[in-house]
Amino acid sequence: MTDSGGALGLVETQRVVLFTESDPLVLSSGRGLSEVEVAFETYGTLSPERDNVVFICHALTGDAHAAGHHGDPDRRGWWDNIIGPGRPVDTDRYFVVCPNLLGGCQGTTGPSSIDPATGRPYGLRFPAITVRDLVTVHMKLLEHLGVERLMAGVGGSLGGMQILQWALDDPDAMAGAALVCSTSRLTAQNIAFSAVAREAIMRDPGFQGGDFYGTGRGPELGLALARMTAHITYLSEEAMRQKFGRRRQDPDAPQADPDAPESDFDVDFEVESYLRHQGDAFLDRFDANTYLYFSRMMDRFDPFADAEAFERMAQLATRFLLVSFNTDWRFDTGHSAVIQRHLARAGVPVSFREIESPWGHDSFLLDLPEYHRTVEAFLNRLWLERTQ
Amino acid sequence: MSLRPDLELVAELVPTGSKVLDVGCGDGALLDHLIKSRSCRGWGVELSDDGFHGCLARGVPVVQGDADRGLEDVDDDEVDVVILSETIQALHRPQLALNEMRRVARRGVVSLPNFGFWRLRLDLLTKGRMPSSTELPHAWHSTPNIHLCTLTDFEALVAECGLRIVKRIPLDSGQQAASGAAGRWPNLLASGAIYALERA
Repeated sequence: MTDSGGALGLVETQRVVLFTESDPLVLSSGRGLSEVEVAFETYGTLSPERDNVVFICHALTGDAHAAGHHGDPDRRGWWDNIIGPGRPVDTDRYFVVCPNLLGGCQGTTGPSSIDPATGRPYGLRFPAITVRDLVTVHMKLLEHLGVERLMAGVGGSLGGMQILQWALDDPDAMAGAALVCSTSRLTAQNIAFSAVAREAIMRDPGFQGGDFYGTGRGPELGLALARMTAHITYLSEEAMRQKFGRRRQDPDAPQADPDAPESDFDVDFEVESYLRHQGDAFLDRFDANTYLYFSRMMDRFDPFADAEAFERMAQLATRFLLVSFNTDWRFDTGHSAVIQRHLARAGVPVSFREIESPWGHDSFLLDLPEYHRTVEAFLNRLWLERTQ
Repeated sequence: MSLRPDLELVAELVPTGSKVLDVGCGDGALLDHLIKSRSCRGWGVELSDDGFHGCLARGVPVVQGDADRGLEDVDDDEVDVVILSETIQALHRPQLALNEMRRVARRGVVSLPNFGFWRLRLDLLTKGRMPSSTELPHAWHSTPNIHLCTLTDFEALVAECGLRIVKRIPLDSGQQAASGAAGRWPNLLASGAIYALERA
């Protein structure tokens, strides 16, 4: 059980150059990247048989720092509640790997990195990327670590999309694949929200065609707005009611000052303050161009549309676990049900459950006992079978 | 690990290598056996958390959900065999389940308790109360078995659904294949039965 688990201590982010001018990354578009550095973290110990690897793929705004801390034990990795000694992703048993994604902005090469050809940040000259390209880089990282096959790939949301693409592309890549509130294809509504986020960023005068680095101003307003909009989709209506209700910051605040009428439209309700904080906090750690590239990449994701996917699935040696949450309206249970149908139809072993949680899409990051118990049991079974 | 005797009999009606859907699969013991010993593939549908976790612990594919709706997303002819093992009497809509079974699979294997079993008849006659037995231990108001029937009742529904009985195995009270008289008069003398059904 999760309660008996311990926390990881000090961890550090490692960096490795995986592609160089002589061995460039060839993207699915055919374009190349001559230098790709990847930031990643590992926890636990690789077994002598190299059969205990759990690969964590992060979601849209995550990073390589999934668990433990970097010096301040109170500031912990984004998935610390599920990864650690005795936790569902048990670092006493498994060797856990989590990289920052290609195109990211937390140590791995992305639009804010220096283009070796020009000596300036790529900006929008960074090539378009697909989920398959992210997987290509993951595979190269494993090669660097001397790992041939994963015991399991685990990811929530965009993280699960990578695991799905990976398992479909390489039937021998992993024994188990755990996808939490993920999707095989965004809906029109999902894409609509992506579009609003992109418009907010690109219409911000600070955007400057993506070349805002070093100019002293960037699309801060747009990026904060994008984050605020996204955050609304991460929480359920129920979660917002529980968290904030209609509570106000200062119910006794005087009426609007007639000399400053705009003050009446400043933050009043607590939910407004929460969203503003989420937007502002995001600016310190995220790159607007990465947001554009990742959101577009997600819009275009559709691995089952690949004519060869069905054939490849028939050879799949991977067992799947799909988990959804009943109040998630970003990638609701229907998204996971579609994945279940595609896989089961092709004869792939897939287990699937919807878990009750009031917290919407955000649930996958929370310590919910039934959810963690399910992931733990799935990994435990793979662990028991690993030497067979 | 030994399988419950009635599950063993169900398994023998599932052709080797079949793609199976086990509706109301419990802890996955039957599916596990079919996958390991009969080279089957497929998945189970189970509502309870305990059953779902039993399947996960065995590595048996399982979808958590209502058995009454376990077949609705499945394509026509998608699987070879649908199993309803001690499940149909707990469904809200048994007829729909049989129709859906006929739609998605070439073969259905159904096991169920027989409410026409003489001991239950005698119980009702002598005590005047809803009968109970080892297979049907619940009080009338708290039983999950909301659609009990006799074997004759069930066979009438089977015919109505455009299915035919390929094989019938009457069971004795020990859940073993009944021999002798129970084979000749199962509706009176068998405590339950297992059927292999195909499209008529």
